[in-house]
Amino acid sequence: MKLKSILTSAIAAFALGTAAIAADIKVGFVYVGPVGDGGWTYEHDQGRKAVVEAFGDRVETIYQESVPEGADSERVMTQMALQGADLIFTTSFGYMDPTINVAKKFPNVKFEHATGYKRADNVSTYSARFYEGRAVQGHIAGKMTKTNKIGYIGSFPIPEVIRGINSAYIHAKKVNPDVEFNIVWAYTWFDPAKEADAANALIEQGCDVVLQHTDSTAPQAAAEKAGNVITFGQASDMAEFGPLPRVSSIIDDWGPYYVARTQAVLDGTWTSTDTWDGIGPGMVKIGEISSAVPADIKAEAEALRDALGSGEYHAFTGPLNKQDGTPWLAAGETADDGTLAGMNFYVEGLTGKIPQ
Amino acid sequence: MMDLLGINPVLLIASLMVSATPILLAAIGETVVEKSGVLNLGVEGMMIVGAVVGFITAVNTANPAIGFVTAAIAGALLSTIFATLVLYLKSNQVATGLGLTLVGLGISALLGKPYEGIKSPTLQSLDIPILSDIPIIGHMLFSHDAMVYVSILIVGLVWYTLKYTRVGLVLRAVGENHDAAHALGYKVIHIRFLAIMFGGACSGLGGAYISLVRVPQWTEGMTAGAGWIALAIVVFASWKPWRTLIGAYLFGGITVLQLNLQAAGVAIPVEYLSMSPFLITIAVLVIISARGNQGAPASLGRPFHASN
Repeated sequence: MKLKSILTSAIAAFALGTAAIAADIKVGFVYVGPVGDGGWTYEHDQGRKAVVEAFGDRVETIYQESVPEGADSERVMTQMALQGADLIFTTSFGYMDPTINVAKKFPNVKFEHATGYKRADNVSTYSARFYEGRAVQGHIAGKMTKTNKIGYIGSFPIPEVIRGINSAYIHAKKVNPDVEFNIVWAYTWFDPAKEADAANALIEQGCDVVLQHTDSTAPQAAAEKAGNVITFGQASDMAEFGPLPRVSSIIDDWGPYYVARTQAVLDGTWTSTDTWDGIGPGMVKIGEISSAVPADIKAEAEALRDALGSGEYHAFTGPLNKQDGTPWLAAGETADDGTLAGMNFYVEGLTGKIPQ
Repeated sequence: MMDLLGINPVLLIASLMVSATPILLAAIGETVVEKSGVLNLGVEGMMIVGAVVGFITAVNTANPAIGFVTAAIAGALLSTIFATLVLYLKSNQVATGLGLTLVGLGISALLGKPYEGIKSPTLQSLDIPILSDIPIIGHMLFSHDAMVYVSILIVGLVWYTLKYTRVGLVLRAVGENHDAAHALGYKVIHIRFLAIMFGGACSGLGGAYISLVRVPQWTEGMTAGAGWIALAIVVFASWKPWRTLIGAYLFGGITVLQLNLQAAGVAIPVEYLSMSPFLITIAVLVIISARGNQGAPASLGRPFHASN
């Protein structure tokens, strides 16, 4: 009896407490890894913190970590919508269909899906032009490699990852015609042990540069242990692994976008949009190029970064052929966003097949 | 040096042993727990706590050996929560084990926060004198860090103890028929408590091996399901210690092999390579179950109360 009354008053107090800090809107975030992954999810959570900072008590944020892609994510999104979320960011490619499905059930909730291509009246998509950063990495990698073998840890064979491989390869090849890419598909976004194994397999094959499109810092640690291997921070700066093995990085900066979209919901001006920003608008940043990179290469890489940022140069500029030798882009022609968004082919020179 | 499909078999087997050691340690611990008749699904939680505690102490003492010892203690301590709940309070073993995993993931994320991105001292490889000088085999088998050999030693000790000692006989009796064991005067609860702690210590070691040797760093959630694979390997091995070793090396080996085949650019579709560890596991399980007796302890998962 006594316990019951204590519990009742505790619940009442809790209800009062939450009522007192009731925010104008609630914003939910669905994460594919833990917020402490040091990479992809970490940066999305930094974006969430930017929202907290910008709006204070007016906005309440909720998030769920390590949500598997697929059916389970529908449950999480549904739960967030039922909890009263007004805006939900689903931050991995594999949440695409689940986001569309849940959005149908909650027409009044706004959804934002990262890196996908399916939209609805209440579903926006947003992504960053990571391939611009990959061009800079490819340039540095091509210049720095001594074995002419560059390893690439892919997550899943989706357009976003394939674009990155192509962009890095084109720019490595441009400065080093002998360069070869060894690509390993890990079929995971986050599994430090497997990512480390993949990095080790590439290093054993003679790769002295390892690029990763997975979310943890494990490949950096593996490269550091092996020695004489350089890496690039992925999604986050990973500066703690500099100046070697990490010589630069791609940093995703989601904060300004998350703040703008939250503001739009507060103002009632939110509409379904498709945002794809690169180095220019600042959604993709190039982390500091470390002292391990010679000054001339660093200057070239920075010039490339600036040219990509100003729009004076496009990372996919012809002449470029597809892997099978068929022409893709004529000299001076640049790739259109539609082709890039659905990119499912390698450019000429890459070996191996894209798993279908 | 002979190369198969562009892969150096020496390096492959060397990395296979490293890759399999965490799941081997966890699986051999769980084998003992299950032999005593308790199903602890909290392996993942105990591993990750071992990973973070081992990492923290190794960083602070600059000594990975102390890291491993504290990881084992941490795993064992965490398992006592499980042991107390299921043995004394008779809670449901499956639910409590799952809860233990969640607790472990939470605690480790909390403890590990300040240690993200820090480098750890890692174990040096031993390069066993004379043996490691043997061409090919020396580098393949005798140039690992100490924990690889410790894990094999633990498998041997567990096998010997279960098969040839009185302690092992009593443990198996408790797992097969706890009422009969109780009637004979054996302290079922005490024996199970110790078995659970042994399992926790082994899981802790396995976790620490990931954070101190295999990766080596701390990242939240870094065990990423290794504990569940360890649980599957116990069944795969029909609760037999040496088969646990085979299971872990097979699973670890195929995982590493498929990554190496990809890195070497072998023209086998990646989909088949990626699914191969699971396909082979399923195939072996089918073969084992077709033979009838799988060797599961008869009292596995059943709560024991002396009044029954």
